[in-house]
Amino acid sequence: MLGLITRRLALGLVTVWLVSVIIFLGVEALPGDACTAILERDAHGEALAKCREVMGLDTPALARYVEWAAGVVQGDFGMSAGGQESIAQMVGYRVRNSLLLAAGALAVGIPLAISLGVIAGLTRDRWPDLLVSTGAILAMTIPEFVAATVLILVFAIWLGWVPAIVLTPADAPPLEFFPEFILASTVLTMLMIAHVMRMIRASVIEAMASEYVQMATLKGVPYWRIVFRHALPNALLPAINVIALTVAWLLGGVVVVEVVFNYPGLGRMLVDAISDRDLPVVQAITMIVAATYVGVNLVADILSLALNPRLRSHRARQG
Amino acid sequence: MSSAALSATARAGGVLRDMLARPSGVIGLTLIAFHLALAILSPWLVPFDYKAMDATSTLAGPSSTHWLGTDHLGRDVLTRVMLGGREALVITGIATPVALIWGGLSGVWLGLRGGWPDEVAMRLVDAFLALPGILPLLVLITVFGTGGEVLLPTLAFFFGIPVIRVARAAAHEVVARDFISAARARGHTPLDIVRREILPNVTDTLLVEGAMRWSWMLLGFSALSFLGFGVAPPKPDWGLMVSDARVYMSLAPLGVIAPVVALSTLIIGINLTADALAKTLGIDRARKAVI
Repeated sequence: MLGLITRRLALGLVTVWLVSVIIFLGVEALPGDACTAILERDAHGEALAKCREVMGLDTPALARYVEWAAGVVQGDFGMSAGGQESIAQMVGYRVRNSLLLAAGALAVGIPLAISLGVIAGLTRDRWPDLLVSTGAILAMTIPEFVAATVLILVFAIWLGWVPAIVLTPADAPPLEFFPEFILASTVLTMLMIAHVMRMIRASVIEAMASEYVQMATLKGVPYWRIVFRHALPNALLPAINVIALTVAWLLGGVVVVEVVFNYPGLGRMLVDAISDRDLPVVQAITMIVAATYVGVNLVADILSLALNPRLRSHRARQG
Repeated sequence: MSSAALSATARAGGVLRDMLARPSGVIGLTLIAFHLALAILSPWLVPFDYKAMDATSTLAGPSSTHWLGTDHLGRDVLTRVMLGGREALVITGIATPVALIWGGLSGVWLGLRGGWPDEVAMRLVDAFLALPGILPLLVLITVFGTGGEVLLPTLAFFFGIPVIRVARAAAHEVVARDFISAARARGHTPLDIVRREILPNVTDTLLVEGAMRWSWMLLGFSALSFLGFGVAPPKPDWGLMVSDARVYMSLAPLGVIAPVVALSTLIIGINLTADALAKTLGIDRARKAVI
């Protein structure tokens, strides 16, 4: 068990390290660097050389990678290209805001997704399932910006129930984002429910078709007892991993939603940074998201290992 | 060879007939066919020039001249919606098969080869997939800039990565079977084994995967356009149109609704088709839709 966890942890670290290398190489491949971005038209001759010296760009790429990576490990992402601001400071509130958005979506979405998934799974191919499944497919296929725009049109403009976009500054206390963030959170919740619900439906169907459920039925165990005692504990275990994927997605994949609602989170910061070609900021955000993704998945893996004894021997064999 | 080709055509016909027997297949294929026809024929059908601005009627509602009204520059919305899918269809239409082929072949080879190349490649795949959603696309766009000549290879590259995983898993299931051992014992080369034993057994999975990737790629493409990193104005594109028109949404809602309907019908069409294809080929997609 401990060996397995160590192995997972090592794999996770390797993944994060690879991401950092890929990102660093990607940025290296770019024509121009932070100095040409800052100096713009003055980027030649002495000014350029001086700037490169100050920013440490005259050292070899490998040395810079080591220095950058060492900083990142300590939570220091360096300075942004545009201003003279420390990225760690800029990112702090943005991460909190994105987490706030994710927490809102998760608190509503997970219980709802699990209930809907179980209902759909138990009523497979009958009308409750058809209704829920069709809704899920619609929610999944419609692009995020489309769903967001339609919600704004209906609930903010036509009905006037909630504000259309967020005007609160990034460093405001969390409560001030209410009620502005309701619509943004709703879009994320919809998408999340669709994904999680489909997985849960599939595993409930599988569990209900299993031999132990058939056995229990033949033995005369009451239906609801079969569902809650035998089928659901098994069916819901894989949900841990799906929820982990969703959490990671909520942090990184909300770029579009944050832009639509003008929400001051990590995603909008990334889009702004890309428009300004502010590479250090892009590097920093990508690293944060990748590390979160790996971390959350690691926690989910360990949780499901702890909760499901069967996985231990099975995974140990598979490697 | 000709008999093989003949049976492949016959099988494709059978699959198509099967798909058309399902409601999802009929609706999906109809929607796709409609959009393809529109994309091909629209240059001859549109009532206006997509760049033509009319300063006297901006953000107008529907009228007999402008059926869907005009946008903030007085351009005809109907014209722009009809033309708005062409770029997306061409780019994703080329990038999807490319992604499927490179991802599929690499995955199959890794599944057969195993050992250290497999281990290294899978770690790299994990690293790329640790950046969820359109994030990796955004990073590449920061590095290489925007425009069709960048978007096509970028999309083809990134959407091929998850295909590697799927193809590898599908190949793994085949590799363990007896006929592979038999082929190895007969002394077939790995290339022969891939071509004659593995590929025929994973094509179905890859086809369904390709249909799904297409819809995801279209989602990604339009999201990029929406964010301003895709199609360059004044070219019409649905994502870009929604982004432009949403500021004036309270004045001219049709400017948003029209491209939204166009994009959604195409994506729903592709999804329904993928669903019908999966059911026809007997592949359960529900458990695989993780990424």
